[in-house]
Parts: sequence; structure tokens; C-alpha cells
Amino acid sequence: MPDKKLKRVDLIFSDDCNCKDVLAAGLKKSNEEILKEILDSGLRGRGGAGFPTGLKWKFTSQEASEEKYVVCNADEGEPGTFKDREILTRVPMKVFGGMAICGKVIGAKHGYVYLRGEYQFLRADLEKVLEEFHANIKAEGFDFQIHILMGSGAYICGEESALFESMEGKRGEPRNKPPYPTIAGFRSKPTVINNVETLVYAFMITRIGADKFQELGTADSRGSKVFSISGDTPIAGIYELELGMSLEDFVEEFGDGDTKAVQVGGASGFCVPRKKFKDTIIGFEGVPTGGSMMLFNSSRSMYNVLKNYVQFFEEESCGQCTPCRVGCQQLIKGIEAVKKGEKSITYLNTLQKLADTMKVTSKCGLGQSVANSFSSIVDNFKEEMIY
Amino acid sequence: MPEIKELIKQLADKHGRTRESLLPILQGVITEERFISDAAMAEVARELDMSAALVYGTATFYSFLDTKPRGKYVIRVCKTITCDMKGKRQILQTLEDVLKVKAGETTKDNKFTLLEANCLGWCHKGPAMLINEEAYTELTPEKVSEIIGEYMKK
Repeated sequence: MPDKKLKRVDLIFSDDCNCKDVLAAGLKKSNEEILKEILDSGLRGRGGAGFPTGLKWKFTSQEASEEKYVVCNADEGEPGTFKDREILTRVPMKVFGGMAICGKVIGAKHGYVYLRGEYQFLRADLEKVLEEFHANIKAEGFDFQIHILMGSGAYICGEESALFESMEGKRGEPRNKPPYPTIAGFRSKPTVINNVETLVYAFMITRIGADKFQELGTADSRGSKVFSISGDTPIAGIYELELGMSLEDFVEEFGDGDTKAVQVGGASGFCVPRKKFKDTIIGFEGVPTGGSMMLFNSSRSMYNVLKNYVQFFEEESCGQCTPCRVGCQQLIKGIEAVKKGEKSITYLNTLQKLADTMKVTSKCGLGQSVANSFSSIVDNFKEEMIY
Repeated sequence: MPEIKELIKQLADKHGRTRESLLPILQGVITEERFISDAAMAEVARELDMSAALVYGTATFYSFLDTKPRGKYVIRVCKTITCDMKGKRQILQTLEDVLKVKAGETTKDNKFTLLEANCLGWCHKGPAMLINEEAYTELTPEKVSEIIGEYMKK
């Protein structure tokens, strides 16, 4: 057993609290008090983008609309991520509790969980927990209903505006932004949309206080995070760790002794090669992640890894905007041609330019982030793209 | 045909007849029929009083809303990187051998459809697959043969 250098945290899955009591105590606090706690804690969204949660709640609370919504984004689809399934399986009451407290702060009466179709098997159990939750909340005299909506196998619906479209019964095509969801989200009403994990942290912060949460992590990345660890590791699974660790320490603990690269943040994230482990910080000041950490050892072809990612994007692109739709197709064709020797090595530079163009011109995060994995893999493993 | 008409009416009674009801209704058709036929799409359009093109456009967007005939059991093998690294190819090969179909095809008795899918969210326990809504993880060729054997008896 290797030394556990990295600090384990147990906020998300801990069962040392009664959710009913935490919820009751949270609902008794004033909105200002809760907002201050969430803002002070420094909590940032755990889905990957990292927007300050307190600000999201604050902006939405300031909107004058009669109708507002809380949406829990459970459309976990990033390759290498499986934490939300675990959270919804083990501590659904905390997720619902976070939604209710958010609902109170912003003035929403309805919350929605948008659950990916691949997790349909969770639904029956979630509905059972919801019954209990609704009874609890009624006992507190707070009017708030949570509904579950299902996705149907579309990665793009994890993008918040595409998710709203899907909730409205349409094709999951991202909208133009602005307006942002805090002004016009679900049904064009002010909406807070948070990742599953974010809602649990918000719930736990109302219990432990902002200071306790702040003690964890770094100035830019407060608190802890649930990591989904997979690939070439002897101990794949879900771990809650303090943010701000170096990738070197991470690999020392989770690698198999032969790690050549880690893909941080899934297919839309960055590939970090061995020589950069030491200088890479996992957090918003370094390489951020929605939790996905995929380890590759020296037996893996990074060409295959890259091709798998680009094919993933090509299939999951909604097809709405040209840079993403056509760009993904051309990137696959391009790396295949270089590999076969039909195109020279310098063609990789042309492909990098294309990826950069996609970053600037794509409508949503999907097309914009293809360049992350593309460039970081091509840059660091050029020889593997050719031979 | 009368059955599908009845099913769609029941689904519309349950979920409503607005645009927002469309996805839950189509998902309901999938649960019962495993795919949404042209006739079913036309019927949904009629029941919800919207154009068939809207129904078609929505259905074809989502990979789980199949519009081609599917077997009673739809198998989706995860093909994303970690499952691929952990032996997805042998799993798919085993399924193709046992079912005597290629990926994308349906068995002659309409019992099984074999498909590949993007990340199913079981990366730490790959290779993984779904059979309808049920997830199967840490698969080996032996385990897969056993699982399919059980389904064949059903």
C-alpha cells in the first residue's frame, strides 16, 4: 500500500449528518446569510467550467421574475467521468437538499433533475427518495417540488442551454449566449443550473460553514472535489481529494509506475505528459477538471487515444455550427492521412490551425474544447501521430 | 397499428400534449417498442397537434431514440477510450460471435440488436455495456456469453 500523500476529504459521501436536519437548519437561515456563506466559501462549479456558485445564485435571486427554476445537471457524459452517478446513488438526499436551499434563495418553487438516459436504472430509486424528500420539505412548510427528466443519449445536452432545449422537448442544440441562464434559462425564465456535485457542496457548506470549506484547497481552488479515476491505474474509482495538488503527487499515488500521460478533464480537457507532471497543478489556477482523470501508461498509443476522442466529438457534435460539424470530420481525416503517410508531418500544423479556429468560432463549449485535447496530444506526442 | 395508437394516447394522457411532453412520450415509445417507427412518429404528431417534421427532427437527434427497427434487447457496448483499453474489442467480438450479427445489426429472430455507444459512465469498471436499461460492467468474454445465455432463455 503506497503512502497516502494526498489528503482525502469526506464531505460528499459522509453520512455523519442527518439530511433532514441539515435541510431544516438551512431553510431557517435568511437568504442573505446563505448567499454570504456560499460566496465566502469560494465554491466554484464542479461540472468543469468553474463559475462561482454564489454569484450564479445571487444573480438569479436578483431577477424580478415570478417564475424561476433550479436545475440539477445530471447529464454526466464527459469520457472518464462517473462521479455524479455515484453521488446520486449514495447521497441523493444531499443533492435534493442543495436544490431546495437554492430554490429558497432564488425564489423558485420547482426544481428539475435532468438525468442522462444511460442512468435510467437509477430513476426508480431516486423517485423513492424524492417521496421522502417531499414529505420532509412539506413538514418544514417550504413549497418546493423536484421533478426528474430523462435525457436520451446526447453528450451535448450536458451543455446548459442545450439541456434547457432538451427539457423543453426539442433537439438539444445550444443557444446563443448571452442571455445567460440566470436571466433566461429553462422556459426562458431565470434559472440556476448546477452540477450534481456542486449542489451537494452548497448543501454541506450550509452545515459546516464557509470557513471550514475555505480551509481546503488553494486561493483559486477552494475546497475539495470528487475525482473519477480510470485507465492504467491499479486503484480506479471515485476519490474526494483536496484541490490544488500537483499532478506528480497524483500520479505517484494513482499511477501504475509507468504513467506516460494523464488526460485531465476528459476528452474536452488537456493531456499532460510525464515531463510536465511536476509543474501541473490540478485546479482552476492550473488544469481544471470536472473530475475526469484518465491515466495512460507507456503501452498505450496516444494516436489511438486522440482518434477515440475526436471520433467521440464528431459523433456528439450537434451539427448546428459549421466549425464544429465539419472541423471534427476534417481532424479525423487529417490525422488518419498523416498516420498513413498520405500527408506530410507539416500537415499536423494545418490541423492545429483548424483546431484553433474551432476554438474561436464554434458556438458552444463542445466545438471550442476539441482543440484542448487535440493540441495537447499532438504537441506532446508528435512522433506517435506519425509512426 | 391500433396498439401503437393506444400506447401514444396513454403516454399523451400521462405526460400532456405540449412540446415539453414530446421527449417523455418518445422515451415511452422506446421503453415499450424499442424503436419509433414512421407510423408512430406520425401518430405522435397527430396526437400532439404538431408537424411530423418536428417529431422526426427531435427523435433523430437523440441516439437512444432509435428510428430503425430494433430487437427486444438493445445491447450498447461502450467504445470510449478506457473501455476500449480494457478489452472492448474482445467483448464486441464475443457478442458478434454469440449473436451471429455485426455491430449495428439485429438478430433474425428480432431478439437482439448490437450497437456501440459513447461513454456510458463506467470508466473505472470497463469494459461496460447496457442491455436496454441494465448496466453490465467489468466484462470478460466468458461473462458476456453467460449474460447473453440468460437473455436467450427469456
